[in-house]
Amino acid sequence: MTFRDRLLPWVTALASCLVLVAGARAEGRSAADAIHEYREMLEDANPADLVEMRGEELWSTARGPRHASLEQCDLGLGPGVLDGAYARLPRYFADTGRVQDAESRLVTCITRLQGIPREDVVRHWYRRGSDIEALVTFVAARSKGSPVDVPAREPHEAALLAVGADFFFRRSGPLDFACSTCHSQDDRRIRLQEVPNFTDPAAARASMTQWPAYRVSQSSVWTMERRLVDCIRQMRYPEPGFASDVLVALQLYLQHQASGGVMQGPGIRR
Amino acid sequence: MSARGLHAGIVITALGVALAASSHARAEDPMDMDAVLHRSFRTATPDEWTSRLAQDETQALCSRYRNLPPAEVAAKIREAQERTFRYPGDGRLSGDWRDGAKLAAIGTGGHIGRIQPDPPGRPKGGNCYACHELAKGEVAAGNLGPSLTGFGLRLGDTAESRAYTYRKIYNAQAFHACSAMPRFGTNGWLTPEQIADLVAYLLDPGSPVNAR
Amino acid sequence: MAYPMKIRANSDGTETEVKILMSHPMETGRRKDEDGNPVPAHFIRNITVTHGDVVVLSAQWGPAISANPFLSFRFRGGVPGEMVKVAWRDNLGDTKSQEAMIA
Repeated sequence: MTFRDRLLPWVTALASCLVLVAGARAEGRSAADAIHEYREMLEDANPADLVEMRGEELWSTARGPRHASLEQCDLGLGPGVLDGAYARLPRYFADTGRVQDAESRLVTCITRLQGIPREDVVRHWYRRGSDIEALVTFVAARSKGSPVDVPAREPHEAALLAVGADFFFRRSGPLDFACSTCHSQDDRRIRLQEVPNFTDPAAARASMTQWPAYRVSQSSVWTMERRLVDCIRQMRYPEPGFASDVLVALQLYLQHQASGGVMQGPGIRR
Repeated sequence: MSARGLHAGIVITALGVALAASSHARAEDPMDMDAVLHRSFRTATPDEWTSRLAQDETQALCSRYRNLPPAEVAAKIREAQERTFRYPGDGRLSGDWRDGAKLAAIGTGGHIGRIQPDPPGRPKGGNCYACHELAKGEVAAGNLGPSLTGFGLRLGDTAESRAYTYRKIYNAQAFHACSAMPRFGTNGWLTPEQIADLVAYLLDPGSPVNAR
Repeated sequence: MAYPMKIRANSDGTETEVKILMSHPMETGRRKDEDGNPVPAHFIRNITVTHGDVVVLSAQWGPAISANPFLSFRFRGGVPGEMVKVAWRDNLGDTKSQEAMIA
């Protein structure tokens, strides 16, 4: 992916945003304060809304060899129940025998209900404008206002939660990095980017409830899988597979830590 | 056969079964970390697996104790790191601070995968600014590590401070077991000569790190 | 194809505030894709907002505008129940036109 040199989007926001950032510097406020104000200014203008609209269309349109919509997709609360479903993921699904996150479960629904081959759905899932991006955005938006609720007491979930926690602290690679290297202390930054302390439930709640999020620098919505894949890339690990156990386990750990926080996403990030 | 001998025979057999069962369970446990990693990183080549996912003993210990090893483990880790130091061929532990400044700012190199890999041959940087403040006035600096602004003013640019700084960058875990700082030299991320350039960047009186 | 816009128009009795979020890649023509091939320029060139027969905003844009642009402005007049119409045309000739009711 090429770094795009046009970071700042919205026409009217451009000047005021620059002022905000400069102001933040001058007054010694954190970058997060400035971004928070920026978000408030743009309350009606998160481009994630556009992605969400596309996701809704994908959800309700009959597609694939079976000419079916996704309206009977079971995201954990029963077929077709969307409200609050994302806030309770990942969770164990008896019909697949797996703990699944939103991405993984949507692929199950697309393959089973619509008959579209998995490889066609998954091939470019990480690209801007992918169906996965749009569908996850739509599904997550339908949890806005719901508390994150991932107790992970079910045995399969409990086992994978332990894997997620172990992976979070597992160091390897040429830089000796683990997730915890950057994400286990309060008020830390990589350069100017704040990195939440996921070992602290309050910080985990504040962060996780904002995802998925429109990434201004990427002009696309990043799902949590997309976010994690990039963290792992920056740790110089190989690339984990889509919906692989490591990605689901990490989300289980993060959502478990964030439980009790009220979903506000899709959010907006640098 | 005495009753006693029979009894012992049963115990031994039972123990054998238990051992077989436990080693079998370990190999087959789908939630075993190695099994999870192999399933999750299927596209990793054997070389990538060895260099990026498999753990050396230090990484394994620090992970197990979540970076808070008991004193005797910490001492063992520090000792093992002591044996890893290598120095530049010419023996000079301080190089060119200008080259060090560039390395300190470079955050690229070594990224793999299909989504956003580095182009082949892209230089690997030290990316010091990700975690440390260095040159005075450079605000885009992280704070995962301590501020190093004025480092040379505090330590002076001496043979002793150069050796200390070189070794700290080469392998910080020789000083603090399970330090968060990458072992840049030991892991082969930076060459001894590059580390010497970073030493100069930190200690040289002409470096912007030591601007008054 | 062009995806729908998100348009909101709110009257305070004297003025109407219009907020428009447009779905558009706004490619500059200078970006390269993953394989290193240049991505052709594709950006909104003209945008017009009308209230009844009156053009209340007309703008010419270029490739410096970001992807998924947001535009917000106010005009004098407008009564709840009336419509505003937003139309754009891009450099490839694609057009999109959409109406929204003033609230």
